[in-house]
Amino acid sequence: MIVEKQTPMREQPPAERRCNFNEVPYGYSEDEAIQEAQRCLQCANAPCIGGCPVGIDIPRFIEHVKERRFAEAIATIKGANDLPAVCGRVCPQETQCQGVCTLGARFEPVAIGRLERFCADWEAENEPCCPEVSPDTSRRVAVIGAGPAGLTAAGELRKRGHAVTVYELLHEAGGVLMYGIPEFRLPKTIVRREVDALCQMGVEILVNKVVGQIYTVDELLANGYDAVFIGTGAGLPRFLGIPGENLNGVYSANEFLTRTNLMRAYRFPEYDTPIKIGERAVTVGGGNVAMDSSRTALRLGAAESIIVYRRGEEELPARAEEVHHAKEEGIRFQLLTNPIELIGEDGRLTGVRCVRMELGEPDDSGRRRPVPIEGSEFVVEADTVVIAIGNGPHPLIPQTTEGLELNRWGNIVADPETGQTSKVGVFAGGDIVTGAATVIEAMGAGKRAAAAIDAFLSDNR
Amino acid sequence: MIGGSDAVYEILSKETLAPAIREYVIHAPEVARTGKPGQFIVLRLHERGERIPLTIVECNPEAGGVTLVVQEVGKSTREMGDRFHVGDAVLDFAGPLGEPSEIERYGTVVCVGGGVGIAPIYPITRALKQAGNTVIGIIGYRSRELMFYHDKFQAVCDELHVMTNDGSYGGKGFVSDPLRTILESGRDVARVWAIGPAIMMKVCSDITREFDVPTVVSLNSVMIDGTGMCGGCRVNVGGEARFACVDGPEFDGHQVDFDLLMSRQGYYADEEACSLDRYLTAAGEGTAT
Repeated sequence: MIVEKQTPMREQPPAERRCNFNEVPYGYSEDEAIQEAQRCLQCANAPCIGGCPVGIDIPRFIEHVKERRFAEAIATIKGANDLPAVCGRVCPQETQCQGVCTLGARFEPVAIGRLERFCADWEAENEPCCPEVSPDTSRRVAVIGAGPAGLTAAGELRKRGHAVTVYELLHEAGGVLMYGIPEFRLPKTIVRREVDALCQMGVEILVNKVVGQIYTVDELLANGYDAVFIGTGAGLPRFLGIPGENLNGVYSANEFLTRTNLMRAYRFPEYDTPIKIGERAVTVGGGNVAMDSSRTALRLGAAESIIVYRRGEEELPARAEEVHHAKEEGIRFQLLTNPIELIGEDGRLTGVRCVRMELGEPDDSGRRRPVPIEGSEFVVEADTVVIAIGNGPHPLIPQTTEGLELNRWGNIVADPETGQTSKVGVFAGGDIVTGAATVIEAMGAGKRAAAAIDAFLSDNR
Repeated sequence: MIGGSDAVYEILSKETLAPAIREYVIHAPEVARTGKPGQFIVLRLHERGERIPLTIVECNPEAGGVTLVVQEVGKSTREMGDRFHVGDAVLDFAGPLGEPSEIERYGTVVCVGGGVGIAPIYPITRALKQAGNTVIGIIGYRSRELMFYHDKFQAVCDELHVMTNDGSYGGKGFVSDPLRTILESGRDVARVWAIGPAIMMKVCSDITREFDVPTVVSLNSVMIDGTGMCGGCRVNVGGEARFACVDGPEFDGHQVDFDLLMSRQGYYADEEACSLDRYLTAAGEGTAT
């Protein structure tokens, strides 16, 4: 008999968790995981595999879980995905594997993400699974950027026997997993664990490396590397371009989250980096980063945390689960509202002047264009404003690499299937190519590029 | 072949230049090989440390050392002075960051350094001299006992003016005084560099604007990553938001909104005081106030 609903995952009650940075969902127990695995229909055509950007053999790992063969389950996942504990937590499964799940046509789809997370966490607590590494090929690849794209490319290339060095600009590997996604959604010990697993496989990760300055991409190629993968992400914060944005109390989401996550400002003064929040925090934007920022604001002690978004609820680009979690925690959604000025006194922010919006005709993105309603201006008082409206490409590598073709937004032009750029031996993938997208899409690009780099290295023996 | 880790950022030397001003040479061969005047690095002392941006004073590619001058103003810089000695290592050290100074043969240039800004302007002054400029140096200190690098400037300047606020050495007053005198004398100054506290750079820029002399300032706004990602260091230059870390740190002094810079620099004053107090209490030195 088919169980119509997913096995629920226990989580911290909203009233409790809004005051701490501990992870929100607790994860499945072994029995819960098996119970959920039993819901899988084991479809012969397995649409879920096609829905996964890295092509995990989902029915197979779920079958292993069902049979309580957890070690085999994680080995199956790791054959295709080097960061399962991360993906099990932050992938938008509802639009990927679970979105095409056969069961989902009539009932709730199999909770594939939760099962993936369970397997990864089981591995951490039980027996580590180290993927097989092919014999040394004596070819060397440099990966620039230790985010989701770079780490995935590194893992895949290492499995194929190539020597891989990852160059990271910041002091810790992980990219957005480390500086961007908050602890309560993705504990940093888990990111470190997955990074350590890559190091165990023989991937060399060097932090604090300003590639573009200490070596250019051409210098890497001229000095011992046979290929280069660029995965430097979308790190350049966008601002609204409205008056008052330089007032004290106005943060880019990048700054707000980096202070909190990478620098642990939520533990100031035990950690040295401070952050200020005040009584009322307003986050501008409607994506996952906006949800992360507004929920972080609550945990930093804001009495009230408000999201201001210019379109309506249906247009919110954030995952439904994140919106749900935010609402549970008491985040107020001020929708169809656009900030037009940040106001302050003595250089310090005091509020956001907003205008109400209505939805007009669809725009280029297919979403209905928000139009201001004349005479509807009002002020939302605020001590802190976080601007979470997206990021542009990190400029360092594009600016310092000669002959690298860029598009008009400054993203690197690369073949979506192979990551091949306009330079021989240079590949790119993730947000530096596509603009800001998801962790798993960047990982998919890293994986495809790794296959292409492997082919390139074989052709150039 | 490139690669391999040189990730022990050992302190090769440490000198006290003046009270609460110390010079460090730190082992960071890649930065030492590529760093240029005007650029900066970010260092972190330990696991709980903040990312501290510091302008490069000197690079020694042969020894793999990068020279920095640190004024001990807050918790982290005090801690570095108290607890980090020759042979110890800082945990993280990344650079070079930012755009280098535009060193050319301009003709006659004036290099103005105030307080701890004297350290970062030294390599620029030297490079300008090496590029064939006639270099007038103006360096200013609060008082005689805070003087450092005086001899270094002597060696690279065609003409040097030393000022102290209290008159305990050289001229009494501010660095802006000789700057004005020089410009008023009608000498053909092609360009001015001014590095120091924001208020000093503002005053110098106001003076040079009167005489229409292009002026470069180096902005030390509050930053986290130092690589273009946080935007915390944004400054208003010519009405546009620019990032000091990647667009600068040097900008046209006539275009910079210094009042905004000073306002933003002060945003964390309470937290900085709290952090320092806590540190001093733990170190058994009582509170800072």
